[in-house]
Amino acid sequence: MRLYFLAILLVMGSGVPGLFLRRRGGDVAAALMGLGAVLGLTAAIRVLAGGPVATLVLPAAPLATAGLLTLDPIAACFAIPVFLLSACAASYGISYWDDHQENARTLRLVLGLLAGSLAFLVVSTHALPFLLGWEGMALSAFVLVMTEDRLPEARRAGWIYLVCTHTGTLALFGAFAILYSASGHWVLSGLPRGFAATSQGTMLFVLCLFGFGLKAGVMPLHLWLPSTHAAAPSHVSAMMSGVMIKMGILGLVRLLSWIPDPPFWWGAVLMGLGALSGILGVAFALGQHDLKRLLAYHSIENIGIILLGLGLGTLGKSTGHPVLQVLGFAGALLHVLNHSLFKGLLFLAAGSVVHAVGTRNLERMGGLGRRMPWTSAAFLTGSWAISGLPPLNGFVSEWFIYLGAFRALGFFRWPWSLVVLTALALIGALAMACFAKAYGAVFLGSPRTEAAGTAHESPRSMLVPMGILAAVCAIIGLAPMLVAPALDRAVATLGESAGGPQLSLLVNLPGLTILALLMVGVAWLLWRWLKPVEQGGTLPTWDCGYAASNPRMQYTASSFADGLVAGLDWVLWPRSLGGKVAGNFPVDRPFESHVPDPVLDRLADPVFRTLSLGASLLRFLQSGQLHIYLLYVLLTLLALLLWMVA
Amino acid sequence: MSQSLLSLTIQWVLHLLTLLLLPPLIPGLINKVKAVLAGRSGPPVFQLYYDLAKLARKRAVFSRTTTWVFLAGPIGTVAAGLVAGLMVPFGHTGTPLAFEGDVILFAYLFGLARFLTVLSALDTGSSFEGMGAAREVAFSALAEPALFLGFAALAKASSSLSLSTMLLGAGVGSGRIAGPLILVLVGWAIVFLTENARIPVDDPNTHLELTMIHEVMVLDHSGRPLALVLYGASLKLLVLGALLLDPLLPRAPQAWQNWLGFWVGLGVLAVAVGLVESMTARFRMTKVPQFLIAGILASAFAFLLLLV
Repeated sequence: MRLYFLAILLVMGSGVPGLFLRRRGGDVAAALMGLGAVLGLTAAIRVLAGGPVATLVLPAAPLATAGLLTLDPIAACFAIPVFLLSACAASYGISYWDDHQENARTLRLVLGLLAGSLAFLVVSTHALPFLLGWEGMALSAFVLVMTEDRLPEARRAGWIYLVCTHTGTLALFGAFAILYSASGHWVLSGLPRGFAATSQGTMLFVLCLFGFGLKAGVMPLHLWLPSTHAAAPSHVSAMMSGVMIKMGILGLVRLLSWIPDPPFWWGAVLMGLGALSGILGVAFALGQHDLKRLLAYHSIENIGIILLGLGLGTLGKSTGHPVLQVLGFAGALLHVLNHSLFKGLLFLAAGSVVHAVGTRNLERMGGLGRRMPWTSAAFLTGSWAISGLPPLNGFVSEWFIYLGAFRALGFFRWPWSLVVLTALALIGALAMACFAKAYGAVFLGSPRTEAAGTAHESPRSMLVPMGILAAVCAIIGLAPMLVAPALDRAVATLGESAGGPQLSLLVNLPGLTILALLMVGVAWLLWRWLKPVEQGGTLPTWDCGYAASNPRMQYTASSFADGLVAGLDWVLWPRSLGGKVAGNFPVDRPFESHVPDPVLDRLADPVFRTLSLGASLLRFLQSGQLHIYLLYVLLTLLALLLWMVA
Repeated sequence: MSQSLLSLTIQWVLHLLTLLLLPPLIPGLINKVKAVLAGRSGPPVFQLYYDLAKLARKRAVFSRTTTWVFLAGPIGTVAAGLVAGLMVPFGHTGTPLAFEGDVILFAYLFGLARFLTVLSALDTGSSFEGMGAAREVAFSALAEPALFLGFAALAKASSSLSLSTMLLGAGVGSGRIAGPLILVLVGWAIVFLTENARIPVDDPNTHLELTMIHEVMVLDHSGRPLALVLYGASLKLLVLGALLLDPLLPRAPQAWQNWLGFWVGLGVLAVAVGLVESMTARFRMTKVPQFLIAGILASAFAFLLLLV
């Protein structure tokens, strides 16, 4: 625990020396963050490897309760991505943002605060530190989103985020109050059997689902997420998407660990929300042409996959099927780690692209694979992993959830888990389509603009973090048996499966490794066979004999996705403008199409606009003159007096 | 002991030989059937072997825009197809690698092949190839649920998650699941035709780039990469064909009878595909999703039947 505490302090203060240094502040911050990450990772891995669970007890009277901070396997599971991604983001930030002299220091300082708050939050097992960490995270993320506050887009994103996060915190206050009244103390620990079935238990579940779901970006509550991820600097987006939204999942996981007997419908609700987020998340991602918004919608999709796993595990916990608990919870927890790895990787690679080309619009890129080979390889690895394709890590966690869902078919009278199966199959196919679109539009083909044609590869301090993340993705994918014992420990803390089956007995991990290595071997042999091919000269791409093709004639990202977007238009409601050509000598006509967010743009925005219009009708009451206000006070008092007398 | 080891080795060797050498024969058979039905004599049955041998010796031409991703498509298709072929049983002859959950890996390997093929098509920067790639991902998004619902039905029927048990298990072929099984096979037949780019979804012999799906994605491949593309396509016919055949093949007492049964079954499947291609026309592109949804519905009904 001491090691972990030291790590939190190092990470949290990593930006401080940079305030007083004229140069190289970024290097110092990255070094401190890296050191903190090494310490924190050591502490977390030690717990996951079977070391003792550490707790912190403070001598101060009001706080002298055991279990203020606890580094148990669940906390360790979430601490690993926090430290890994913070270190990568700090190193990436050196070259990515340090030429912005006006706010580079603030950004470094607050990035450290965010990482520290996150590391503090994951070990909090008492309401007070939990809310402290929660607010620290929320506020520092707000500052980070507002980094480019001269842009109206960033200001708007920041405000929406601030409102959403505090609405969520409000729900958490309620949830913790219920916990206090049920258990009599503020330590977040196990609740008695039977509590979950009471009306208080239901309220607790609903409040937690709202508060934590808002942070995680579960589908109807995701309204803050896409614009925030798009507006923030890319390494901040990587932190937010990779680890910050996972804190919502952490909350739900903690809640499930306190409840020994969750009702059946909790699992069903989690599964339903998971299917909704997963399918709609990827469907909306398909309609985007802003690279970072696209990735943000994929975060919603992956939160959906995690919820599918959690829901399946909860179903197992409430009906006493340890197999479902192990497969569902292990799949969900591994997907938390996996998603932070490949989504962090994708955001960093996207950041390099945005840095090089100066736009986030997919239609203004193309052909970057030639000019930025390493970034291209990194983005491809991330796309490969996030589409859940073997032999990378995304496949492993989805595989666990699939297996759990298939097993569940035999456990219940009704095929509840068919929802999980079809949702996962559909998500997999659509995610693959979406990343083929993104990777193809950005890195393949020929450059669509001059900026894309003159882009340059990123410096090493940006490439190394991507390399680390890609390597971990490959390791987990090729050798999942390395993480299996750690997942077993975390699941044992979370579920009621003491003495239940171990993950390695339920799934054949060596079989997966053998096949994956076999495939890599075959691919390598074929590559060797193709390599010595004598080049018959290079020619332009075959264009059916048309002699004057140009890059603008390439298939665009929007056209690539058009078939699917048109097929899904009953949920996506795409908007398009212009493009109608008329007359014998038509002039240039602009055309644009986009898919607005259903909750923010179609629901929240009009509702709040109407509300604020209504509120402005009451503005005449606020004249700004003191004596009128005194009159209001007097009138109110009189009214109250009359009401009391009557 | 030595007897069983020997038979195991023979079985492995036969499986590998079938997997590696047999695939190019299937398109040859299909084309022969089509030619005979159309009153032509047609190319020899072994034509694809000759083509592959010729392409392996030819030089390859690469487009100026392409990168190494261009080669990932052909390589990935063949590598994924071969690994998937190790997990699928060829009739009642035993499977080299079978474990719980291999069915998901099997399905995702084809997803991987598709992903890489689409990327190598996009690498050329040609709008025709982009068009084909877009159609491929859109149609596969509908084929995937049909495949998985079929797996769910068989998993429910056989309480197993391993391809060999699901396709050949004791429950399969018994009276209770005969109805659902027929529906699953109907759904999978649609998936089979889609995944292999056959009529009525796609026409492998079409000559108009605008109307192609699979063929247009590989327009720019030549030489050895093209050889891999063609070989990978025939491999897919074999592996997915085995998926369709397995539940239908009866179990014979002798190993050689089982092998013979599988090979004959494969021939029959090729003839059937040839017949379908000779007798039906291609669907209009807008009709294809309806055809695929019919496949989803067939698999879904199969699952429903198992519940009652």
